[in-house]
Amino acid sequence: MSNGSSNNNNTARFDAARRVAIFGGTHGNEMSGVTLVNLWMQNSAEIQRKGLEIKPFITNPKAVEKCVRYVDTDLNRAFTPENLSATGGDELPYEVQRAQEINRMFGPKGSAEAYDVIFDLHNTTSNMGCTLILESSKDAFNLQMMNYIKKALAPASCLVLLNEHPLLKYSTSRSVAKHPVGMEVGPQPQGVLRSNIFEAMRVILKHALDFISLFNEGMEFPPCTVEVFRVLERMDYPRDANGNIIAMVHPNLQDCDWEPLNPGDPMFQTFDGKSIHYQGSSTVYPTFINEAAYYEKQQAFVTTRRETLAASAIRKA
Amino acid sequence: MERTSLPPIHNVAICGGTHGNELTGVYIVREMQKQKMEKAGSVSITTVETNPRAVAAGRRYTEMDLNRCFTDVLLSSPTTESTPYEVRRAQELNAQLGPKGSAEAVDLLIDLHNTTSNMGLCFIFYSIDWITLHIYKYIENNLSSVPVRAIQLDIPSSEAYSLESVGKHGFAIEVGPQPNGVLRADIFNVVKEALDLTLQWLQKFSSGHSFEGGTVEAYTFVKSVDYPRDSAGKATAVIHQDLQDNDFKLLRSGDPVFQTFSGDILKYEGEDLYPFFVNECAYYEKKIAFHLAQRKTYSFPHISVKND
Repeated sequence: MSNGSSNNNNTARFDAARRVAIFGGTHGNEMSGVTLVNLWMQNSAEIQRKGLEIKPFITNPKAVEKCVRYVDTDLNRAFTPENLSATGGDELPYEVQRAQEINRMFGPKGSAEAYDVIFDLHNTTSNMGCTLILESSKDAFNLQMMNYIKKALAPASCLVLLNEHPLLKYSTSRSVAKHPVGMEVGPQPQGVLRSNIFEAMRVILKHALDFISLFNEGMEFPPCTVEVFRVLERMDYPRDANGNIIAMVHPNLQDCDWEPLNPGDPMFQTFDGKSIHYQGSSTVYPTFINEAAYYEKQQAFVTTRRETLAASAIRKA
Repeated sequence: MERTSLPPIHNVAICGGTHGNELTGVYIVREMQKQKMEKAGSVSITTVETNPRAVAAGRRYTEMDLNRCFTDVLLSSPTTESTPYEVRRAQELNAQLGPKGSAEAVDLLIDLHNTTSNMGLCFIFYSIDWITLHIYKYIENNLSSVPVRAIQLDIPSSEAYSLESVGKHGFAIEVGPQPNGVLRADIFNVVKEALDLTLQWLQKFSSGHSFEGGTVEAYTFVKSVDYPRDSAGKATAVIHQDLQDNDFKLLRSGDPVFQTFSGDILKYEGEDLYPFFVNECAYYEKKIAFHLAQRKTYSFPHISVKND
């Protein structure tokens, strides 16, 4: 039962998570996930857990082969209802075909047959450190998992980004599962494999799989609160009439993901050295600052606000 | 101290976008064009976006690395329908800014690049050239926000494959770390400052100023090291964290260089050398994990412009 059901003690019950997938290469040039999944496809010892079927999977092999983000269209935006039901076979963009295939293998999205959990591994050129991406504030199972991971990694930081914004949320590869979990680690350039980033992602996954294992064995996780950063607004670069950017992320904002941006703080710097300041009415927490892939998506950074979410206790049904 | 007089520098070409995803040069050139920076004193300035197709695609190149297309052989090869775009583009650029080796070539060609490696600001040049060394020294003395270094590749002109070999004098300015497809303001500002200083120097030189000789420490390329690979040619290790971001820190025998995916540490064996281009994204396909260099000191003379 994907949404859980409460009993008298307000403990949400979920079925054991038996089928878990680990996606790498959703963006073909984000190397940590590509490398980890390839490793685990050759030798899965490290990711095995009793009673759990764990499938490592390269979602966008053509993009991985060319070491590009995507071939025709961004796979991580492709899992819309329209795309998943589109007809046209080979005529469809490559990633739409892939989305349909992935939906067949790991979904169908929204059905009882869908995989229980999918971890989707990503890198970013932004200085975001270790970030978990949550798609629903009501998913107690995911909230408890993220709480577990954060505690296991402490004092090292692992933050949670919540993207539930009706306009800014998007149809991700992982959204095919009942419990989608995004893992974003940066900064790492596209096409580059850094050992510290690679190791960090490996450790996050270890803790995530441990959590599922413990849950499946019947452990009850008491109610908890999780601090999250909720996506508010996409901020684009200032552009000219032809759509060319006319300023860069300001040196004071560059690399300052998750730090407060106050009204009046410098935000962009023009090519001739002038500062453009943040005009919002209150303090926000920017992230995805200067992500390479987002120039074409009209995004210099997103603003977030800090929130504390409460998660009910959970236990295997 | 030896005094040398050198022919004047009448014109300089500033190039960006030779690799379409190295964004600093692209935006510096566009800004200079927008500001109509065509002259610095008596020195005329040409700005060129050298690989516009790659820039539009956000890729390093479309068919072939443009910055490997400037050998004498490729510049003089006949073009057919199957000639890669970048070979044709190199020939166009050679006609516009060269021809390489001739009296018509631009006096000074500066090509702007970025690297994913932690190299700070580097001047890269082929031969020991007094003009280049003086400009380098001037920038080194006046730029304090980043480390400034000189790299020398010992390649004879006919085999020189990169764009700056087209000018009578030429060098590349390589700045990192910056990811492909990202434009960092701090790096943009540093490169702009380096170019302003260069133009300043050129104006001083043109107006008869004489410049003290001295010495320069440059890193001279010795060899490159590839990743360890399996029988299928796939890399089996990642740059070790002790080497990552430590470009130009002396590497000695026994120092860790790679960590395999199964956790083993591979150590460097060989003479003490300086690594650079450590974990440069574009070099994975060229089978280079890092380059190694010796450090040499070069002296250069007092110079001033020769009066025509």
